[in-house]
Amino acid sequence: MSALKYIVPLALGAAVLALWQVSVRHYAVPAYVLPAPGDIWAAFTANFAQLMAALWVTLRIVALAFVLAAGSAVALAILFSLSRLVEFALYPYAIVLQVTPVISIAPLIIIWVGYDNIESALLIMAWIVAFFPILANTTIGLRSADANLVDLFRLYGASRRQILTRLQLPTALPYLLGALKVSGGLSLIGVIVAEFAAGTGNDTGIGWTLTEASRNLHIATMFAALALLSLAGVAIFFALTWLEWSLLHRWHESAVKRQI
Amino acid sequence: MNLLTLTHLSKTFDNGLNALADVSLEEKDGEFLSLVGPSGCGKSTVLRIVAGLLKPDSGRIEFPHGRPEIGFVFQEPTLMPWTSALGNARLPLTLKHVPRAEADARAAKALARVGLAGFEKAYPRELSGGMKMRVSIARALAAEPKLLLMDEPFAALDEFTRQALNDDLIKLAREDAITVIFVTHSVYESAYLSDRVAVMTPRPGHIAADIALAQPAARDAAYRFTPQFADGAARISAALASAMAQAA
Repeated sequence: MSALKYIVPLALGAAVLALWQVSVRHYAVPAYVLPAPGDIWAAFTANFAQLMAALWVTLRIVALAFVLAAGSAVALAILFSLSRLVEFALYPYAIVLQVTPVISIAPLIIIWVGYDNIESALLIMAWIVAFFPILANTTIGLRSADANLVDLFRLYGASRRQILTRLQLPTALPYLLGALKVSGGLSLIGVIVAEFAAGTGNDTGIGWTLTEASRNLHIATMFAALALLSLAGVAIFFALTWLEWSLLHRWHESAVKRQI
Repeated sequence: MNLLTLTHLSKTFDNGLNALADVSLEEKDGEFLSLVGPSGCGKSTVLRIVAGLLKPDSGRIEFPHGRPEIGFVFQEPTLMPWTSALGNARLPLTLKHVPRAEADARAAKALARVGLAGFEKAYPRELSGGMKMRVSIARALAAEPKLLLMDEPFAALDEFTRQALNDDLIKLAREDAITVIFVTHSVYESAYLSDRVAVMTPRPGHIAADIALAQPAARDAAYRFTPQFADGAARISAALASAMAQAA
């Protein structure tokens, strides 16, 4: 069964690609409408260096935005758990930031940081998008500590810091890791959307490659860039799933394989 | 010699729930005292007040010889799932900044005493319900308590496991000269374990009867079929019935 899990989707993918290739050739579909997989591969190899450089630019910003979002969201969640007053004061504004579509504040951010500083604008927008799921989940996680365990910690004279590090943070870990998986994908989306919004400037990421290829009707190059983006998204998801598994599989129900 | 004196304790919770009304109780050093009463009669509230986790509205709680080291065992094992049996048993020592090597040694010894030698590295999810409760008891023992508070600890366990744990508890409490307050709603469990049984009325709880039991030092399965055991259980039962009738 386990081999089928990999063979079936791969076989389906190969069949669809083959049908696509044959149909495009048979019906003579113009390449500016739908290029055949062979054309896409040709575009990919022809523009390999440029595509890789663009992907690298984008992924670097994605990684930095993700790390900044995770760090700042966890820090703010800890601050919330230490002070209800801070939480009451700031949480509504975090929600406002979350529900305002990032694309609508993009022009403002770009004006503020300037077109000659476009990478910072991309970074800020991806950060905003990735920030909230981590904040919301970690805040709930820190508050979910078993009430009896909290009593036990108090009975043994635990300090506030011990309750945080030895009880609340471990309790919040599964919530945090779940949120990281969501935010990893979101930071990629955030950077691409921000690149579309920027549209020009000195941006050289894969989002700009897509915009440029579409303006020039290089549909095959667009597909190649899209495939690269999908692969990057899948890689981010698997990396974070692996992180979750490696931290939780010893003890958390979500990561434990059932024996029966 | 009294380890603990409770005088006229009353407690009403913020939501208006009147849990305790005028509870007075004293317990001698080394005594095994059970609090028996219907669900919701405030037994757990008494334990939480004794542990210092809850303040009474009125009344006093006194330890004539100073506050003893207190251990607490809940109805649920209440273990930390992210650490091993050893990590859980070590908790009180870790929180008190006992050096790691010494804490490990004492926690391992506590696990061995509850019959879990060899399970130090097991995670809670790998243990049965009875074994988890044993880890919970080992955690309480690791801090070397003088007073052990137990809140219906065996209520969720099957009959065999419960009886085995009853026997182990009697032995451990005697070996370490631990004073125990044991909350239960089982007449038979209290009749088996206790030197004294305090019967509580339904909410708002107060002490309706205080029954001393003359217990043999060694108890085993056969003791549950002796007239002495039956007599103790009958007296607790009658006191409980009368406490319920008063309330009704």
